[in-house]
Amino acid sequence: MIQQYDAVIVGAGIAGLTAAMKASESCNVAVVSKVYASRSHSGAAQGGIAASLGNEEEDHWEWHMFDTVKGGDYLVDQDMAEILAREAPERIIELEHLGVPFSRNKDGKIEQRRFGGHTKNFGEAPIKRACYASDRTGRVIMDTIFDHCLVRGVKIYDELFAKSLLITNKKCCGVAGYDLATGEMEIIHAKAVMLATGGCGRIFKTTSMSFAATGDGFQLAFDAGVPLEDMEFVQFHPTGIRGLGILISEAARAEGGILRNNSGEQFMERYAPTLKDLAPRDIISRAILVEIQAGRGIDGSDYVNLDLTSIGKKQLQLELSEIASFAKTYLGIDPSEAPIPVAPTCHYMMGGIPTDAVGRVLVDGNKKPFPGLYAAGECACVSVHGANRLGTNSLVDLLVFGRRAGEDIAKYVKENSLPPLPQDAEATASKEISRLLELTGKERIATIRDETQKVMMDKCSVFREKKGLEQALNKIRELKNRWENVGLTYNGKSYNYELEDALELGNMLKLAEVIVFSALRREESRGAHYRNDFTERNDENWLKHTLVFQTPEGLQVSYKPVTVTRFEPKARKY
Amino acid sequence: MEVKLKIFRFDSKGDKEPHYDTFIVEAKPTERVLDCLNRIRWEQDASLAYRMSCAHGICGSDGMTISGTSALACQKLVKDYDYSKEILIEPLRFFPIIKDLVVDMTPFFSREKSVHPEGRIALTPTDEGREHLQSIRERAQFDDDIKCIMCACCVSACPVNLKEDPSYVGPAAILRAHRYIFDSRTQDPLERMRIMDKPHGIWECKTYFKCTEVCPKGIRVTDRILEAKRKILGELHLVK
Repeated sequence: MIQQYDAVIVGAGIAGLTAAMKASESCNVAVVSKVYASRSHSGAAQGGIAASLGNEEEDHWEWHMFDTVKGGDYLVDQDMAEILAREAPERIIELEHLGVPFSRNKDGKIEQRRFGGHTKNFGEAPIKRACYASDRTGRVIMDTIFDHCLVRGVKIYDELFAKSLLITNKKCCGVAGYDLATGEMEIIHAKAVMLATGGCGRIFKTTSMSFAATGDGFQLAFDAGVPLEDMEFVQFHPTGIRGLGILISEAARAEGGILRNNSGEQFMERYAPTLKDLAPRDIISRAILVEIQAGRGIDGSDYVNLDLTSIGKKQLQLELSEIASFAKTYLGIDPSEAPIPVAPTCHYMMGGIPTDAVGRVLVDGNKKPFPGLYAAGECACVSVHGANRLGTNSLVDLLVFGRRAGEDIAKYVKENSLPPLPQDAEATASKEISRLLELTGKERIATIRDETQKVMMDKCSVFREKKGLEQALNKIRELKNRWENVGLTYNGKSYNYELEDALELGNMLKLAEVIVFSALRREESRGAHYRNDFTERNDENWLKHTLVFQTPEGLQVSYKPVTVTRFEPKARKY
Repeated sequence: MEVKLKIFRFDSKGDKEPHYDTFIVEAKPTERVLDCLNRIRWEQDASLAYRMSCAHGICGSDGMTISGTSALACQKLVKDYDYSKEILIEPLRFFPIIKDLVVDMTPFFSREKSVHPEGRIALTPTDEGREHLQSIRERAQFDDDIKCIMCACCVSACPVNLKEDPSYVGPAAILRAHRYIFDSRTQDPLERMRIMDKPHGIWECKTYFKCTEVCPKGIRVTDRILEAKRKILGELHLVK
């Protein structure tokens, strides 16, 4: 089937729906999602969304911008961070006007709380900047925007897996999607396509991300010849439930939670004397692993404790009820009485598809837009998060840049005509699905996936070094070859999740290769990228963005400068 | 430890009758029922169809009937059931079955949408560039409602939906309406009260409390429905 729209958006999280809501004011928009739209992983965002509203104490967008730049270890493009920090308050007010049920303070205004790395007066002390709704901030924002998309007539295609971008004369003109329910291909023909597919945490063994976070959007752009930027910067959130990786929000520490080692010590005092447990995530994740490596994990084991016992039952129920229920459901622990065992969990990709300030994908990674192709959210790299994202800055990124993309899409589709579809678009796509269904190789998907996740976790997570990264690169390349020989055991058409798994695994392997390849080349430590063999930040050689291109000869790397406007790089201490 | 799962199988494209398959997987008592299902799909039978995504009770994908009760497979652990026997896995009730545990969610989402008056969600006007003021107490009025993840467990457990009136708007949609009726910022809560006041609307609820019992988010759904009923009675029916 071929359907026509002005624009099609891949991914129904907050970035995608925000763009859809905006663009649909003047054009005809479809959103495709490989899960049911309301299941998108933005809904799992817990703690808050940053904006210098100043509802609790004096705040300024310049302070927010500074914290974002410093939090990103100066790899942030400062012109973009300025947009983020300046526009954040407007976006929050807009959300409130749409009906988002933010928690309130005693003046009836949106309540704000502290969060990691957000400070007053350029680093002096923690500041209350995170707007929130208990610990389900993402859920309520996504649900509200989803409701508005529904009433505005945005067409939503649930359970449609975006298999490839359609490109005619170097212009993007739609998406070929695999319909999980029917097993048929759907062609969505449109003047503009936006990728908003989120992250790829499932490449790692322990992650807070959903099973759907397999990086399909990164791969769609990469296969269309677009480079991927700064993929070596992978955020490990310090407090995932031990073993499961389920997130315990930083809000737990904002409300008074403390990380403790086996002697009960608040060890963050030693690593970040000013911000302590509210230091940025990269710093805390490393501190936890250093404690564990020094034998100071709980019972000498591979985790530390997150102590919320000082918060009080009532406050826990009011401000952190989701995470209290996670602790109870999965660990049988009442966090008002006993600590939660935690360890770092893969949480966010700072890198992604290079875009400009209005979401246009940059085909050369630098200045030149790919006509008709947009990206926003976690799969994009604009770059406001640099080498490490601050908590509560992702939701605001989705809104600020999702909206900007939606606006530009509306403009673009007015000024441009619909390119013809590539010849035989439908037949080509269907043929590919039939080919996959007939794969009879000996390799099993689950085995290759397990091995991928293990090697990425062991060699390419919080601490990295040359030898391990080289081993990982070899291993990933071996797994890629083995994937070519994968076989499906089921060839039914309706709800063939094995076929979806195979497609996702192909994407994950290619991205794993880019991550390791980028990490191996960056011979310094910056933000979330820490090299045991190059332990210092090196601005002279490495204050630049990585761009990895796919070529017939394999991966090629180039670099582009970081935009520095207001804040010269300085040593990063908290 | 070996855990036995007896799973409902049916393919609406082809099968005349459903049947059950039994699988044995290695699992710890503290593992999720979803972990067991994943092991089956990844290692034993790739044709087994069920939805899942976040795996920690946030996205609402994996609602199903587990040993007779609606629940999320990622939120229930093996030890929550009598695993010395077998754990029975069936699709959510009420919804048309597409394949195995995958049901057609259209009847659910069309109900959710039906609580909105013709194409709009209107809040009271307020100053440009400022938030509405809302007290902590006003905000608390609908705090339960916004915990909903639209998993449809309540609808699938509701005796009214199942037996008495299949067209009943159902607990989740009433909760959605409650969210707007009780939000002090809503421009005209009466509009939504009138929607709820129609045939197959809120008055069909017979307070069986099943929705509250099964809600994976611990929402006091029945309490909220009763609150909404009282409000509608007062605003639309009682002579003032």
